[in-house]
Amino acid sequence: MEEILNIQNLSIAPRNMPSRLLVNNVSLTLLAGKTTCIVGESGSGKSLTALSVMGLLSSQLQAKGSIRFQGQELTSLDNKAMQTIRGAKIGMIFQEPMTSLNPVLTVGYQIGEALTAHLGLKGASLKLRVESLLQQVGIPIERANSYPDELSGGQRQRVMIAMSIACEPALLIADEPTTALDVTVQAQILQLLDELKTRMNMAMLFITHDFGVVADIADDVIVMFRGEIVETGTKNEVLKKPKHPYTKALLDCVPDAEGKKLLKPIDYAWLGNAA
Amino acid sequence: MSDVILQANNLVKIYTQRSGRFGFSSTQVKALDDVSIALKTGSTLAVVGESGSGKSTLARCLLQLHPFDSGEVFFQGQDLARLEGQSLREVRKHLQMVFQDPFASLNPRMKVSEIVGEGLLIHKLGSVEEQKEKVHQMLERVGLEVTDAQKYPHQFSGGQRQRIGIARALVLAPKVVVCDEPVSALDVSVQAQILLLLKELQREMNLSYIFISHDLRVVRHIADEMVVMNQGRIVEQGKVADIYNAPQQPYTQQLLNAIPGRKAA
Repeated sequence: MEEILNIQNLSIAPRNMPSRLLVNNVSLTLLAGKTTCIVGESGSGKSLTALSVMGLLSSQLQAKGSIRFQGQELTSLDNKAMQTIRGAKIGMIFQEPMTSLNPVLTVGYQIGEALTAHLGLKGASLKLRVESLLQQVGIPIERANSYPDELSGGQRQRVMIAMSIACEPALLIADEPTTALDVTVQAQILQLLDELKTRMNMAMLFITHDFGVVADIADDVIVMFRGEIVETGTKNEVLKKPKHPYTKALLDCVPDAEGKKLLKPIDYAWLGNAA
Repeated sequence: MSDVILQANNLVKIYTQRSGRFGFSSTQVKALDDVSIALKTGSTLAVVGESGSGKSTLARCLLQLHPFDSGEVFFQGQDLARLEGQSLREVRKHLQMVFQDPFASLNPRMKVSEIVGEGLLIHKLGSVEEQKEKVHQMLERVGLEVTDAQKYPHQFSGGQRQRIGIARALVLAPKVVVCDEPVSALDVSVQAQILLLLKELQREMNLSYIFISHDLRVVRHIADEMVVMNQGRIVEQGKVADIYNAPQQPYTQQLLNAIPGRKAA
């Protein structure tokens, strides 16, 4: 299978405190047509890892290591070269559909922006492409003239997805895309992303803290804890037979829908010795 | 019915919204449409629904934080809607609330001792020394340290702040606590800690909880009974185990089927 993204020994630290590693020696590989979930608690470094792929790290942070996308080294690219990749070959969806859309522009215009910038589409051909994208994400095409505040949360997230896949990227990064949504809407969005991934043969990097979502969407799973990868494996390996004590402890915290499980909070002191 | 501590009958709450050109006309939204619930002493009643279903409106109407249009709320046999002023304040001691966002619900300019002790001060319970002692006991009970009393909210993590919010609600030894999405802003490991803490405190202090949540896994874990709300109406109510095993209404089935990870499990 085609390798899309290869991260080797990525470390991220604040520029003024290089010894404090927020992401520590992370390596991972993403394949076309596969969804890889990064799971972890807040502060585990999962979002920083994703942002560094997009070249969107805060200027106060310094990344070291190698990020190869379709064979091309991204870390050495300047901002201009990065702009031809970001939004075109790598798409990204953020958590909050409210804050990531511009309230004074119609959603049709916002979806079209990337198409004009990267593919030079204009006029009738642009309109046609925007309408086809809206259809793909399940929004009526008349909605192209609506503003974000006229849409529900789920519809806004669909618009975000349309924007991110507009240029048919090889890699889609989704940072907690369903956390702000109601459960029934979440289920629909997860299904949509899964369909798009399969149809477009994209690699998907899906960041979440919810093991239920992992069970629904992942092929492979990466568990991060305090900036390090503590476990990787296929979905069944990690969810059914976790090896690392942290993964086990994290799974023990998740209430189940059957109500059989006794919750067990993580004993970090004990984990420190075991890990 | 002697073991019912809080009961609401036929609550109706209508919001009027401006609509039409220039807002000249108005439409009415029924946030609560003939809602009746009963909370048994020492048990947990979960209110479940999606955004806009009216679950938070219900919580606020139960505590008389919002006036409602018609219906009644009985707390230990007293109709709360008929109380006002001093007598309402007297009852409020027994009705407390834990909020969703531990970052927004604590005053950043107040020390933890002031936040937790404010209720004691307002209700004039005990001398200054006794109040201080009570605040310290409560902090330790929710898993914080006595030295934390002198700190400000920003010095704590999300989970610790939620513990402060719980201490504030429980320091008055209330009978009913309304928890409005108390764990949805927290990491799963912290969520598990807070859920266990709430359960322990319930046993110790014989608390009755109204637990508002959109997370059906959390509800399954903490609640005894539940009501499912949709567009201001109660769609289904009953024992949690019964509803999860055999949901009667299509809407409830739809909600339960949408629980992430259920298909894969």
